[in-house]
Amino acid sequence: MMTSSSNPIPVVTGVIVEDDIRFTLEDLSRACGAEHAQLIVLVEEGVLEPGGSGPHDWMFSGASLRRARTALRMGRDLQLGEGTALVLDLLEQIEDLRAQLRRLGAQNR
Amino acid sequence: MEFKDYYATLGLQSTATQDEIKRAYRKLARKYHPDVSKEADAEARFKDLAEAYEALNDPQRRAAYDEARARPQRAPMPDFGGDHGFDPNEGMNHSDFFESLFGKAARGASSQRRRRATAEDHHARILIDLEDAYHGARRTISLQDRQLEVNIPKGVREGQHLRLAGQGLSGEPGGPAGDLYLEVGFKPHAHYRVDGRDLYLDLPIAPWEAALGATATVPTPGGPVQLTVPAGSSSGRKLRLKGRGLPGDPPGHLYAVVGITVPPADTPASTQAYEALARTFPHFNPRSVLEA
Repeated sequence: MMTSSSNPIPVVTGVIVEDDIRFTLEDLSRACGAEHAQLIVLVEEGVLEPGGSGPHDWMFSGASLRRARTALRMGRDLQLGEGTALVLDLLEQIEDLRAQLRRLGAQNR
Repeated sequence: MEFKDYYATLGLQSTATQDEIKRAYRKLARKYHPDVSKEADAEARFKDLAEAYEALNDPQRRAAYDEARARPQRAPMPDFGGDHGFDPNEGMNHSDFFESLFGKAARGASSQRRRRATAEDHHARILIDLEDAYHGARRTISLQDRQLEVNIPKGVREGQHLRLAGQGLSGEPGGPAGDLYLEVGFKPHAHYRVDGRDLYLDLPIAPWEAALGATATVPTPGGPVQLTVPAGSSSGRKLRLKGRGLPGDPPGHLYAVVGITVPPADTPASTQAYEALARTFPHFNPRSVLEA
């Protein structure tokens, strides 16, 4: 299972998705392990907002990866349907509030 | 192998109706879903819930489970042991118990669980030190089948993803390998709180430093720097060290948040010093802001 010591561990360089990568529909669908149709639904529901005129030339921001994966997980596990976009927006607001609490050092006082 | 009480997991009696099972699952799933809950064991709890629901929601499976449950010993259960492609990072994998009861095929049969067999082979997590993000670093990660040395780019932020091109497992034998995505988490740091590229640090100072000003040595991820605390700095004042946060374009800042630490008045001399201070400021009222 493990790479043996005579066989050096391969070195790979990580590229920051959110800063340096944009996805086509096919890229994002591979990255999420989802069908095109599922992502098209997420665009229709307003969860994802790609640039471009239609699925053939859509370009998704790097940040779409997290949003799409969360939406797919929650859609699958909680049957959210059309409320998904709202839920994701609220989750992001909660995350911002948590960051604010951390800034204030709430856990230390 | 431990017999799993799926009814207890859902907080139900074994006489529950299919509707009750559905409602109980939905309620608990909202509570423990790892995307919603921040409880430390949310992921494990949710996995148990999902498995219990999968077993009981399907009447055929529920019947098989009830039958096994009714057996006097609740055993012997065939124990396949081993791991069935378990990915420690993620995934809706079933317990050995589930698979011994319903077979591994159940995984494929649960159509909702896996849309593409490879979905879960493309994601993992990596926990790094803040200093790794500051300087860039090389870290070893262990995947289910191999290890990789990953160059972590300087300036990566908490919650971002790294793409490792061609390092995902290929979907079908001989097919092209996909990319691997690593979600980046930061280990908690003894000194800094992180907000995007900005860092926050509590800077304790003495009362006389707060009043008269001082030069304080402050740690930063790039090494200690001398920080001028201006005279008249009360607690809560934020002193910005421009560009001393995480690197990027633009780089983040490091904020030193001043907090006054009071030495104890536990000797006659120290008590007298505080009393002299009080006499020097007879009209000072720190609570004037509370007066209407």
